[in-house]
Amino acid sequence: MDNGCFSTPRRDFPAGLRVLVVDDDPTWLKILEKMLKKCNYEVTTCCLARQALNLLRERKDGYDIVISDVNMPDMDGFKLLEHVGLEMDLPVIMMSVDGETSRVMKGVQHGACDYLLKPIRMKELRNIWQHVFRKRIHEVREFENFESFESMHLMRNGSDLSEEGNMFALEDMTSSKKRKDVDGKHDDREFLDSSSSKKARVVWSVDLHQKFVKAVNQIGFDKVGPKKILDLMNVPWLSRENVASHLQKYRLYLSRLQKDNEQKSSSSGMKHSDLPLKDVGSFGFQNSADKQQNDASIDRYNYSEGTLQHQNMETKSHESNPKGTVPHSITAEKVKAFVPLESEGKNATFQSTMSTTQYSWTEIPKTQLKKEQKPIVHPEDNFNLLPLHGKQHNIQVDQSQSIASISSTPSIAEQDVAGCIETKPRFADYKKDYTSSVSSIRSSVDTFPFQPGNLMMNYQPSQQAISTTNLGVKTQSYNNLSCISDLESYQRNLLFGGEAASAAPLDEDLYFYWHNMNFGQQSIGMPEYYDPGLLTEVPNHLYDSTDYSVIDQGLFIA
Amino acid sequence: MEKNNHSHRQLVIMKQSLFDQGLLDEQFIQLEELQDEANPNFVEEIVTLYYRDSLRLISSIEQALKERNMLDFNKLDTLMHQFTGSSSSIGAKKVKAECNLFREYCSAVNIEGCMKSFHQLKKEYASLKKKLEAYFQLARQVGLSEAECHSK
Repeated sequence: MDNGCFSTPRRDFPAGLRVLVVDDDPTWLKILEKMLKKCNYEVTTCCLARQALNLLRERKDGYDIVISDVNMPDMDGFKLLEHVGLEMDLPVIMMSVDGETSRVMKGVQHGACDYLLKPIRMKELRNIWQHVFRKRIHEVREFENFESFESMHLMRNGSDLSEEGNMFALEDMTSSKKRKDVDGKHDDREFLDSSSSKKARVVWSVDLHQKFVKAVNQIGFDKVGPKKILDLMNVPWLSRENVASHLQKYRLYLSRLQKDNEQKSSSSGMKHSDLPLKDVGSFGFQNSADKQQNDASIDRYNYSEGTLQHQNMETKSHESNPKGTVPHSITAEKVKAFVPLESEGKNATFQSTMSTTQYSWTEIPKTQLKKEQKPIVHPEDNFNLLPLHGKQHNIQVDQSQSIASISSTPSIAEQDVAGCIETKPRFADYKKDYTSSVSSIRSSVDTFPFQPGNLMMNYQPSQQAISTTNLGVKTQSYNNLSCISDLESYQRNLLFGGEAASAAPLDEDLYFYWHNMNFGQQSIGMPEYYDPGLLTEVPNHLYDSTDYSVIDQGLFIA
Repeated sequence: MEKNNHSHRQLVIMKQSLFDQGLLDEQFIQLEELQDEANPNFVEEIVTLYYRDSLRLISSIEQALKERNMLDFNKLDTLMHQFTGSSSSIGAKKVKAECNLFREYCSAVNIEGCMKSFHQLKKEYASLKKKLEAYFQLARQVGLSEAECHSK
């Protein structure tokens, strides 16, 4: 394995990677053990899923990655996958002799970071370290984003990092990842040195998660925020970051569920998209971003309107928006991207015009404000929100249908408006980086009737107000067109420049959330798809710099 | 020396024929590549494990097939799925193919087909086992005589 590109790998990373192999087939267990040992990994074998879970629970942070067979007598491999993702948040690789697409898809949906077919070749095992590395990078970045959000120090890093560009030329890293890598350069140092990176890994046991869910429901999904949850949960050793991170996961999970539902009734959502486009029409932001996946996330951003965004996202930006269908629920939240109304297609995901996004935000139920720390989506996490999700889902569809309906957001509360909200924090950070591009946007933003207070970001109070303002916005012929190019460049900057952007400390949640949302179902389970950098594009530019602070406050529900 | 060379050549021929006859596939080579000083008899150990596991599975399947008229096809499929996975571990190509055929009959709820297929599967399995045992025996001989040669 070529570790040359790592700046400061943990001594001889990935050697010594601690792998837990779970398989009821003794022959395969032995073969895999031998293969992994030959890769210089530290192997622990287990033939029962329950035994594996016990081992993992006993030694939290005792393993780096889990490889498990899908068919096991005592527990379904997918279930184990969910547990591991939820409780330990370790990357899990599934394996099976059955390579049917539906099975593989199920694995990915449940959060597997890879799915290997038996017979497994050793070369396939050699590269499993990438999943560990990737996750670490995300975690650290997330963490850092969070910190920077509060301290804005990330900006500094961002600019530093962007210079380095793609230092890590990890072979399996795609270009989008490269950006992340840069970011993680110094992160790696930290987390590679110790198995527990900057933040101690919290094991979210079922009990803990139940407490969490209870707290969330008590607060009200739309008003939820890490601090409130933390206070309610009353778990002394739990930190706000832990909660924020878990909240993000949770939101992603919900949104994924929602998306699933949406897809089932996707037609409803799609149709709407046409409408908003027309209304918003004035925004002709070109989704330069759409080319990139990031764009997809941006599209989501615009989706606040819901319908509009959805459309774009769903129809077009498939490339950028793996999750095209999400728009409904997601749009509200992550109307990150300016989706040019005309997004002919490129940006499908980009939601249009700022105005749309603008009010979409407002429309988004307060709940959207969720702050999600962890970009990694674990759809399989057993969040007990299914019913809730369903509820939300329905509401969202309505939402997308008409702005007016958004006023009744409270019901939608569950919706992951998070997307929108999160973008706000980013703004602040992005500001630094993209002042020039932003400024142009700012001016356009100014035209919006929204006051910081009205912005959805603030969600809470202005729901009603927002809806009206939204309407106002809608009709307002946002002269975004002029801003389009700015936005585009801004977006581009975001997309590429972006280590800093990705660092988007403010809303790593949002960002991650979007990111995940954008990717559609498939990618949910794949952390690698998640490119924080993408999220940075957040429509920071939407906000006037002066509003940032206000927005931040409003958004930062926590 | 002569004898050693001859045995060695025989071994090579034997192995080649196993592949030519479609009894083994690339996985077997993978196992051989895993064999090293730390595990000098790795391949044979793995194959032995396979025999043990597959015997257990075969007898379970046999048991299940005894319910002639009320076959639990789900159970049969599950068992055969395990057997397929197991057979793939050593590269038992023909056995694996027969397993898949059996599973197809299962999903088609074809009792007759299942019975026939299982019968064939047992034959293939027995044949492979016999050939592999001969192979390993020869391999051991070659190994021993080579050791003798070197020690001289």
